[in-house]
Amino acid sequence: MIRVRNLVKKFGDLTAVSDVSFAVAAGEIFAFLGPNGAGKTTTIKMLTTLMRPSGGAIEIDGLDPEAKQHEVRKRFGIVFQDPSLDQDLTAMENMELHGVLYHVPRKVRRERTERLLKLFELWDRRDAFVKTFSGGMKRRLEIARGFLHTPKILFLDEPTLGLDPQSRNQLWTHVKNVNQTEGTTVFLTTHYMDEADRVAQRIAVIDHGKIVAIGTSAELKAQTQRETLEEAFLALTGTAIRDETAGSADQMRQVARAWGR
Amino acid sequence: MQAIYILWLRELKRYTRSRAQILASLGQPLLYLLVLGFGLGPVFQKAGNGSYLQFMAPGVIGMTVLFSSVFSGIALLWDRQFGFLKETLVAPVPRLQIMIGRTCGAATTAMIQGLLVTVVTLIAGFRPVNLAMVPLALLFLALVAVVFSGLGTAIGSSMKDMQAFPLVMNFLMLPIFFLSGALFPLTNLPKALSIVTSLDPLAYGVDGLRSALIAQSHFGAVLDLAVLGCVAVVLLGLGAWRFSKIEI
Repeated sequence: MIRVRNLVKKFGDLTAVSDVSFAVAAGEIFAFLGPNGAGKTTTIKMLTTLMRPSGGAIEIDGLDPEAKQHEVRKRFGIVFQDPSLDQDLTAMENMELHGVLYHVPRKVRRERTERLLKLFELWDRRDAFVKTFSGGMKRRLEIARGFLHTPKILFLDEPTLGLDPQSRNQLWTHVKNVNQTEGTTVFLTTHYMDEADRVAQRIAVIDHGKIVAIGTSAELKAQTQRETLEEAFLALTGTAIRDETAGSADQMRQVARAWGR
Repeated sequence: MQAIYILWLRELKRYTRSRAQILASLGQPLLYLLVLGFGLGPVFQKAGNGSYLQFMAPGVIGMTVLFSSVFSGIALLWDRQFGFLKETLVAPVPRLQIMIGRTCGAATTAMIQGLLVTVVTLIAGFRPVNLAMVPLALLFLALVAVVFSGLGTAIGSSMKDMQAFPLVMNFLMLPIFFLSGALFPLTNLPKALSIVTSLDPLAYGVDGLRSALIAQSHFGAVLDLAVLGCVAVVLLGLGAWRFSKIEI
């Protein structure tokens, strides 16, 4: 379903993704694990037509995202790592807008919106503006919105960041459910090893833009001769803490916050 | 079509919900109208050009539409920074439709803003000479809104953050405004200035508004329409092209 060969992304001198190759089968749940700044989000951006690769080839359901952007966009859904809601609209309006953009028929849209907002406990606040929501609520709304349509491939970029254990549990149950009933291929990134261990059928560990290991959780543990996935992960990527440089977007957000936007 | 509509509706909702902003953006036109209108009025009258308020009201309306449509086009940057833009960019909708929806929304809100200022000018004492020409004035208003929303979208799509905004403001928008003849007649200008003003799209917008509202025209309404129509096509094309190239 997803096939990536020798993928490269450079930003000036910085190589964010360097010679990455992997394949994800249809109906598989595949996890990308890696420290901050390892190239996870950059890879997802290239897979989802938001960024053009500097080199290498990508196939999504047999299609090249660069040449067939529109066709590729019809095939996936995504929950972004950073916020992508319209803060000046209500929860309902955000769902509605997403449903229209993804061509979900009106009746199905209404029905699913209600079910998803109830599932993620936002139904009572459906007519409140998103800017009045707490961080966790915004996150839940992003996730609920991601499930509004049923794509062939679902990208989840650190979906559980800032979620409480209850919502996390709800999310993974739902992901597994969609994967089993609809056969949706799931590509996820996370920092939480236990989640990857529990949900993903195969895991790729990425560091400094390169894939350092790939296989099932058991295979990774065997390869590194460690008991848990977390230990295996640290053995593969080392214990040094990574810093991401703040991009212009982050700086801008700070300015915007200062201006009360 | 549905996608265009919902994105247009979004712009409108955001506009009507920011009441403080609507009110604030009436401040500048009001200042021009009252301070310049009444301050320079006597001089203008003495020079034998009639009422300055009558003369500058269409200019102030044009100015309002200029600023308001470029700003709503550039508001794309806020969506980029707050992340909503990528939600629309990965959607299975051609980017051209997304751009059209946004730009129509920007143009519509700019027009509403222009109409609000028109009401203000009427209260201040501005009187259109021929009510039958009001539809033509509305057409000019719409054209100006579309032209500059297209420009705003093109600029917004080409910038990564707001750092370049003062540049755009001081080297593009203010010259467009001051060279448009919104505040002074375009007749008998020095040669160089007259050439530059004839390159300013807003000059044709303001001139068109004047020909419809106070029956005075420098270029002639037909030329105004033709120029604005062409510039609208070019700038919308430019905006669409820049928008299709956005990477996050």
